[in-house]
Amino acid sequence: MPENKLRISLSEMTAGQDATVLAFQGGRMVNNRLVSLGFTPGVLVNMTQNYGRGPLIVTVRGTRVALGRGEAAKIIVERGSNE
Amino acid sequence: MSDCHENPAQTASHLAVLDVDAPLIALAGQPNMGKSTLFNLLTGLNQHVGNWPGKTVERREGHFNLDGRTFRLVDLPGTYSLTANSPEEVIAREFILCEQPSVVVAVVSAANLERSLYLVAELAALDATLVVALNMMDVAAQEGLHVEPQVLEAALGLPVVPMTASRAEGVRELLGVVQEVLNGKRTLGPRPPEVRADHREVLEKIEGLVAAYVPAPYPQSWVALKLLEGDTEVARTMQAALPSEIWESVQAVLRQHDDAFLAVASGRYEWIGRMLRAAVTRPKIGQIGLTERLDRWAAHPLWGLFILAGILGLVFGLTFTLGTPLQKWLDGQIVVPLAGLAAEGLAGAPSWLRGLVSNGLIGGVGSVLTFLPILVVFFAAFALLEDVGYMARAAYVMDNLMHLMGLHGKSFLPLFLGFGCNVPAIMGTRVIDSRPARLLTILIAPLVPCTARMAVVAFIAPAFFGANAIWVSWGLVLLSLLALISSGGLLNRVIFKGQRSAFIMEMPLYHIPNARTIALLVWQRSLSFVKKAGTTILAMSLLVWVSSYLPDGNLNTSFLARFGHFIEPVGRWMGLDWRLTVALLASFPAKENAIATLGVLFGNSPKAGLAGTLAASFSTASALSFLVVTMLFIPCMATVAVTKQETNSWGWTLLSVFLLLAISVAAGAGVYHLAVLLGQ
Repeated sequence: MPENKLRISLSEMTAGQDATVLAFQGGRMVNNRLVSLGFTPGVLVNMTQNYGRGPLIVTVRGTRVALGRGEAAKIIVERGSNE
Repeated sequence: MSDCHENPAQTASHLAVLDVDAPLIALAGQPNMGKSTLFNLLTGLNQHVGNWPGKTVERREGHFNLDGRTFRLVDLPGTYSLTANSPEEVIAREFILCEQPSVVVAVVSAANLERSLYLVAELAALDATLVVALNMMDVAAQEGLHVEPQVLEAALGLPVVPMTASRAEGVRELLGVVQEVLNGKRTLGPRPPEVRADHREVLEKIEGLVAAYVPAPYPQSWVALKLLEGDTEVARTMQAALPSEIWESVQAVLRQHDDAFLAVASGRYEWIGRMLRAAVTRPKIGQIGLTERLDRWAAHPLWGLFILAGILGLVFGLTFTLGTPLQKWLDGQIVVPLAGLAAEGLAGAPSWLRGLVSNGLIGGVGSVLTFLPILVVFFAAFALLEDVGYMARAAYVMDNLMHLMGLHGKSFLPLFLGFGCNVPAIMGTRVIDSRPARLLTILIAPLVPCTARMAVVAFIAPAFFGANAIWVSWGLVLLSLLALISSGGLLNRVIFKGQRSAFIMEMPLYHIPNARTIALLVWQRSLSFVKKAGTTILAMSLLVWVSSYLPDGNLNTSFLARFGHFIEPVGRWMGLDWRLTVALLASFPAKENAIATLGVLFGNSPKAGLAGTLAASFSTASALSFLVVTMLFIPCMATVAVTKQETNSWGWTLLSVFLLLAISVAAGAGVYHLAVLLGQ
């Protein structure tokens, strides 16, 4: 079976989906804060709440973190296509 | 990074009265780990809340006795990491490096070890003597997590004490271990994390470059690590300490590795992962947690707003129904008879002394102190919401609305706090990461009606509007919020050109509130109010009374009356006579002074009480205008002072004052003329 992975931004994930963090495209300050809350490349995240507009809640390393839509759009994640 | 001895006051502070040889214990931990609960448990009322020198970050310190020995305890600010992202993080690490506490107790949550050990990983690099308080064992058990403290202890190489601070379990054991460490009965062998393998070489290179130049007391390896992480404070210090050619080569290395902070962080999480694999058994989680179930409603974009509005309504309803009758009772049964009693007791004394004591002192300060029950109810409600974990939800659901002003959800928290008092609200803007967003929040925060202003409203509205007072009060709150949103939106476009900052916030688990934590919070906030009543409000009451008595003992020809008449033309636009205008001006030192001043100006007549006298003296339109202006007027003295301190600029402070002056005069005049037009 060929590897069929999908690269999207965190803000495009729907509630309940899992994905792996690949990279950050935000500024240094924002990245440092994301890292101290547990977002590092390779970590598994689960979208807890995303209504398509406004802020969203994502669970990372057992912590629920609220992110603005703009911040979430700058986190690139990868998820398997079979989900 | 700053020079350790730049600020000698830091060590002396309020613990100076204690034995300086008393061991110094520091509490470190991330937010929402139960650190404050533990601090309160250990110190009780033997604590002092102040500021870190030169900063406006809250500093809590205290002492406790154990087996006849006194210990000093400092609660470090709650931070997720020790990288210089915020003043709190710098304070925490500078304290540990400079003050060298005998023991640093790192509070972690057993229910969330993966995240909370991140700070321990950072602390381990500071060469501090660490004891790990493994808190929230009860929450971990509820979630079906099995954590083995002994295994974690062996893996970390640090003493680990399981505890549940909210139930006061494990505190004795923690203190026992701290004493063993102090007495050298426990040897520590911490194994701090390393950076990810692919960056070890570059870290060594940097350490080799800076080694000879690192100023005391900073550990070399820590400085190298922080440089690799891109820490701005450490970079500044080392730029000053290093010869320029070496700094250039350090910079060159760092430029090639600008993503190194990820390698450092990944190294820490790998280290944490090893600890967890050893110490935690996590069964397959099938059930949906309480937090998730509650958040389906509380964090829902629509229902969440309804719930927030309901909670706000409940808090104010409670404040009015519980606090107001108590306030009236205190006023009628204590203050008025006391003033009468004083007048009788001083019957033989000169009339100025009688007036000073019964009207100036008891009438002024007494009236203000009767508001304490109202404040206590509000503080208790607020502390409860804070402790339960609801506040993060309020910020989350308000994010969209805050975007109207170019702010995000976090700005809502200080604004919400502003309903209690604007001073902590402006200090609370520290949670906002970008300076423009913070300045904007500071500018609009005084438009949030604080309890002092609500107290004025609660006093005057029933006198004029009877049963409709509650609706008038709600209308006034809505008007203030409308003014807040529209001026926020306008300022954002005009001054800040529509910038926006990042919204990143932890949503803590809901938990059962801790009575002790809430009680102490209410106690501290009430105490500061009583202190204010004893100082600025007292001084102002006396000043108002004296200027209403001099030069000839007749109010209508007094200095105060003359000044009131002088500025009356401005007051007239808003339908205010000289007495209401003077009351408004006297509210600058403290908003509650408005009533105290009216109390002095009208003299506390024992029968009708001040409220009745006021209702007989002014039209409804004037009363409404007075209420509107009071709600929106220049921030109180304390708020202006803290604005200057927080913005560190007179320009912004004056802008804040003039902004509110303009808004209040315009709104007051508008409301007055509208009310007259409607035949009130």
